[in-house]
Amino acid sequence: MKRAWAFLRRFASHPGALAGLIILLILLGAAIFAPSLAPFDPADNDAGPQLSAPDATYWFGVDLHGRDIFSRVLWGGRYSLAVGVATICLALVFGSGVGIFLGFIGGKIDAIGSRAIDVLLGFPAVVLAILVVVVLGVGLINVAIAVALAQVPRFARVVRSDVLVVKQLPFIEAAHSLGAGSARIMLRHLLPNIVPTLVVLGTLNLGEAILQTATLSFLGLGAQPPTSEWGAMLNDGRDYMRYAPWMMLFPGLALFLASMSVNLIGDRLSQLLDPRSLRR
Amino acid sequence: MRYALRRIVGIVPVLFCTWTIVFAVMQIIPGDPVNLMLAGVPASETVRANERHRLGLDRPLGERYVTFLWRAAQGDFGDSYRSRQPVTRLIAEQAGATLQLAAGGLVVAVVLGLGLGLIAGLKPNSWRDTLCMTIALAGVSMPSFWIGMLLIYVFGMTLAWVPIASSGVMGLILPSITVGLFIAGGFARLVRASIIDAMAQDYVRTASAKGLTRSRVVLKHALRNAIIPPITLLGIQIAVLIGGAVVTENVFARPGLGTMLVDAVLNKDLPLVQGLVVYTTAAYVIINLIVDLLYGVIDPRVRAERLA
Repeated sequence: MKRAWAFLRRFASHPGALAGLIILLILLGAAIFAPSLAPFDPADNDAGPQLSAPDATYWFGVDLHGRDIFSRVLWGGRYSLAVGVATICLALVFGSGVGIFLGFIGGKIDAIGSRAIDVLLGFPAVVLAILVVVVLGVGLINVAIAVALAQVPRFARVVRSDVLVVKQLPFIEAAHSLGAGSARIMLRHLLPNIVPTLVVLGTLNLGEAILQTATLSFLGLGAQPPTSEWGAMLNDGRDYMRYAPWMMLFPGLALFLASMSVNLIGDRLSQLLDPRSLRR
Repeated sequence: MRYALRRIVGIVPVLFCTWTIVFAVMQIIPGDPVNLMLAGVPASETVRANERHRLGLDRPLGERYVTFLWRAAQGDFGDSYRSRQPVTRLIAEQAGATLQLAAGGLVVAVVLGLGLGLIAGLKPNSWRDTLCMTIALAGVSMPSFWIGMLLIYVFGMTLAWVPIASSGVMGLILPSITVGLFIAGGFARLVRASIIDAMAQDYVRTASAKGLTRSRVVLKHALRNAIIPPITLLGIQIAVLIGGAVVTENVFARPGLGTMLVDAVLNKDLPLVQGLVVYTTAAYVIINLIVDLLYGVIDPRVRAERLA
């Protein structure tokens, strides 16, 4: 507990990281408590006069269908943030699975696997995600899966190179000679030792995951209207930019703040946790 | 030279893997291609059977795979379901627009990234450093479609400085910034780290001690050594550039490969999707090869290592 507190203080001693943490907590709070915070129902078509500008009642203005944009942005956080986090979790599970396996097993399988990872890394993430959407169909959950799969090779590569280092350490040899099986060594000895890498990797990629899922929704491949997902809201707003710029301003700002705060936190975490940046 | 040859031969398996993956993906897509092609137009069973035969769908999987590879190697990906035109020709028609955009984005990324990175890295922990790095971080954190919309709103609509929809050079400015900003952010961060490293090296101190001007020390000695990691990043970021083109073309309603890809996906125009994916990957692999070969040109140490 004391160590956690000390870590938090060290983390927060960096002004950028502290700002990021505060912004993220506000956004998370807004998303979690959206049902009680939002002044209007996000799907209510009669919340206010269509396309009216931001004022005291409608903080972020009203959209084309008469829905309150502030309420929709609050609710939208539930989709965008949750999908972003879910995406990263999925990518972490598969990425670290593949990475640990390849790094541990070595030899021919590792050589082929690593080559395949290099090829997959060559696919532009958005194109790869689009390809997955082609197979799975349009929808927010499919987009999350698609973005996660697009991130797997990146995670696998870093985890693999980490495992190659950890694998050489004496305690792994000790576990071997005590008769521990491969599965046990991978799960109980290798995995816990790469947790810092996973945390850093996860946070550093979370911002991008949030942006990418929003991008696919923006392109019409993810969340479908009337869902108040931020990317889909921006897509709604693009045709009315001239008359109602607030329709695209606020969901975009929310996305920007979400990804910026996560990136600030990730930068600081990698300074504190990543052994590679310590060595430098 | 031998190194270059070996690298060129090395891209063959990569392309082969990509084609295989693309072929496999196309096989698992649910739905009969003939139905997709007819797009709901009623057709008799004979017509369908003829179509299937024409597309070679009645052949066994292995044979189809070999045919696919053979044709792909010749750049033939069949005809688009929608327009009934050869995929390669459709792509060639649109490639120019996207290349212009990518080139514009690259220029923005390099100029902005190098500028921000140098200003920040030459005076670490100063207020200029903080400012530049905040801009860089904002660059990687902003959704590019939002940047595009903001640019259109501010410079295209409110100030009306640049035309929004124009095929000329002026029309390329805003889309290039949209594509380039994200890459510029990452590039700037790496340039900064790299230049801080380089400035602490002995050879930089020697150069300064020789009495060279600061700009000469920075540009000829420090930057030349510091530029390798950022250039590598740029090579990898080509993928981001391609992805960014998809979004940017969509926002600015520009024609191009990105617009084509999204349309092809929404219309389930499989041969077109196939062709686009294969060509983008090929472009990526080849660009990275060029970047790799460029190291030798920039850095004599790399050249020596490769000759050894």
